[in-house]
Amino acid sequence: MSISIDQVACTGCGRCGEICPGSLIRADREGKAEIGQPADCWSCTACLKECPAGAIALYLPPVLGGSGTRLQVKQEGSLLHWRFTRPDGTLKTITVDRQSANRY
Amino acid sequence: MKSITLSADILIIGGGAAGCYAALSAARHRVGRVVLVEKAHIERSGCLAAGVNALNAYIGRGHTPEDYVEYARKDAEGLIRPDLVLSMARRLNEVVGNLEKLGLTILKDSEGHYAERGWRNIKINGENLKPLLAAAVRAEPAVTVLNHVNVVSYLSDGERVAGAVGFGVREPIQYVLKAPAVICATGGAAGIYRPNNPGSARQAMWYCPFNSGSGYAQGIRAGAEMTTLEMRFVALRCKDTIAPTGTLAQGAGARQVNRLGEIYEERYGFTTSGRIYGVRQEELAGRGPSRLRAENLSPGQIEDLYKAYLNMAPTQTLSWVEQGEDISSLSVEIEGTEPYIIGGHTAGGYWVDTRRETTLRGLFAAGDVAGGCPQKYVSGAMAEAEIALEAALDGAELRPELDSPEPARCLAEAEKFLGRPAALFTTGELAEALQKTMDEQAGGRGAGYSYQEAGLNQAEARLDELEDLSLGLAAANMPELMKIQELRDRLTVARSLVAHLKARRETRWPGFGLHLDYPRKEDTWLRYVNSRLKEGRVEIIFRDMVRGDKYEHQY
Ligand SMILES: Cc1cc2nc3c(=O)[nH]c(=O)nc-3n(C[C@H](O)[C@H](O)[C@H](O)COP(=O)(O)OP(=O)(O)OC[C@H]3O[C@@H](n4cnc5c(N)ncnc54)[C@H](O)[C@@H]3O)c2cc1C
Ligand code: SF4
Ligand code: SF4
Repeated sequence: MSISIDQVACTGCGRCGEICPGSLIRADREGKAEIGQPADCWSCTACLKECPAGAIALYLPPVLGGSGTRLQVKQEGSLLHWRFTRPDGTLKTITVDRQSANRY
Repeated sequence: MKSITLSADILIIGGGAAGCYAALSAARHRVGRVVLVEKAHIERSGCLAAGVNALNAYIGRGHTPEDYVEYARKDAEGLIRPDLVLSMARRLNEVVGNLEKLGLTILKDSEGHYAERGWRNIKINGENLKPLLAAAVRAEPAVTVLNHVNVVSYLSDGERVAGAVGFGVREPIQYVLKAPAVICATGGAAGIYRPNNPGSARQAMWYCPFNSGSGYAQGIRAGAEMTTLEMRFVALRCKDTIAPTGTLAQGAGARQVNRLGEIYEERYGFTTSGRIYGVRQEELAGRGPSRLRAENLSPGQIEDLYKAYLNMAPTQTLSWVEQGEDISSLSVEIEGTEPYIIGGHTAGGYWVDTRRETTLRGLFAAGDVAGGCPQKYVSGAMAEAEIALEAALDGAELRPELDSPEPARCLAEAEKFLGRPAALFTTGELAEALQKTMDEQAGGRGAGYSYQEAGLNQAEARLDELEDLSLGLAAANMPELMKIQELRDRLTVARSLVAHLKARRETRWPGFGLHLDYPRKEDTWLRYVNSRLKEGRVEIIFRDMVRGDKYEHQY
């Protein structure tokens, strides 16, 4: 599975590379984040949550039925705004409050 | 390569659930110098990277730790260490209280009690459990955290452990870490068997793919006794995304149904192994695939399920969103995963005494790496960490330093891998060969989790060859060196695992593995299969059931 990194939005801060549990992300020649082996990604979304620029998106590969929807997340206090962008450009947002527990 | 030597009062290897908690316990016990070494970064490493959404080990109102032992015993078909489960269960609720103090959100009912999901389970928002733990660890001045250091071996004389050797994952630095007490908390092992999904989705696995079983491997190489590795863990998971199913089943009341819509759970029993076995049997009877079906859900309930999965396995929510939204019932195809070795769910791992000391003095084990104590989960891993820490402090001042040739040997080995310009085979290719061998010959998914002695013998021979081939690998940099070390750890674990599968001549947990030569459960096998590496060979040791609440090693 994997992530895609928006090279324009990335500021090269290196935070995603620090915290990836598999140490999969490194800096490319221009100092921007790059994932060495996309197939090694566990899709844990740690890097999405840590990226201050919102430059990282998660997608499902075709072999798992992915059709190109991208998932991003933005933190605002205790809130996590998860944004799904479908291939046709339509959006869906789900906001999770860390201060409210899972109901199930 | 540069070499750095550090000394500490306590060395903790692995900064996951158990390791971070051990560090916090050490600080509470006013230990002067604690070193916590982690191959990734404690902020989001290990199983807790994405989050969890329940604490699966808890003693609910009206129940006792003894009830927990009985539950674990039944689920494991009798094969547990009651002393370990009991001592863990006794501390569960205190651990939960401590987590709440750290800022973990726990659902409460109208009277202010934790809202229980069954009597062993409480609901939380655990998306940020790991960052909360990490922040608490960082706030302790006595704890030095070494992130991005992969530990590869113990400083040991075969009887005692007094430190460890590691390598930088990013910088070419060797670390020699010395301490009179060492706690191993490196988690379990994934990646030994061929995973459910191919190629680009191969790491869409349930267990943390970066936990390569290195704690087991280091123990095995140093001569520690291991137990019950043959009780592999096969998880029942959502097809494709391999996301956990507990939230749907216990939380939303979803039932396990076959293709004909029949609820068949009763037929195979409600143990963890029985549920997996049922899925396969229904498939063999032509009634597959199985699904988890939750009906009559309100839009609000669906939204809550979406959130629950975002907090733990975000790809499942992504998959639902991709599939469209007009749903009032959620029906998810389920399947078994590839087998993992995880002492926190099943019983495979280090053979420890009640205080969690391994058979190597000065080395303690906690969490998924420690055996004999299934049903630990997050809170139980932490309970064990505290038990191990307290035992580790006891008498630590009496253990002298060890003179070990390991640092020099490890350095020479690493420099060989790094010095080679190229090799015919890549680490990835050998990893694939390991997974194929284990899948086909040692009871992987592809073999319907079944195996026979003849195939296990072939696997053994092939694993020896792969081990030899792995010595000729080349690493262009430190991250590639870590990959080689992970592969070698998995090969070591696989070798011991195959010996265990061969040694248990019965089928005790049919969902986790079927020994085709011995397809039934036998009372005479209600004993532990243990092992120890001796002069390069895995030696099997049978041990009688431990009864009562205390077990000590006989040295
Ligand atoms: C996807 C998923 C969902 C889960 N959901 C729940 C849930 O909802 N409720 C629940 O109670 N339990 C849940 N669990 C189980 C729980 O997360 C684990 O039982 C628990 O985290 C085990 O703790 P541990 O410390 O043994 O392992 P981990 O937390 O995985 O920590 C092991 C650490 O050791 C590090 N490490 C490994 N090897 C080395 C080395 N050689 N050198 C240095 N560091 C090393 C790793 O990077 C990692 O940080 C879940 C597990 C998974 C995988
Ligand atoms: S999703 Fe997780 S595993 Fe994948 S690159 Fe990001 S941090 Fe690493
Ligand atoms: S965290 Fe974001 S901005 Fe920073 S390097 Fe990674 S992708 Fe770029």
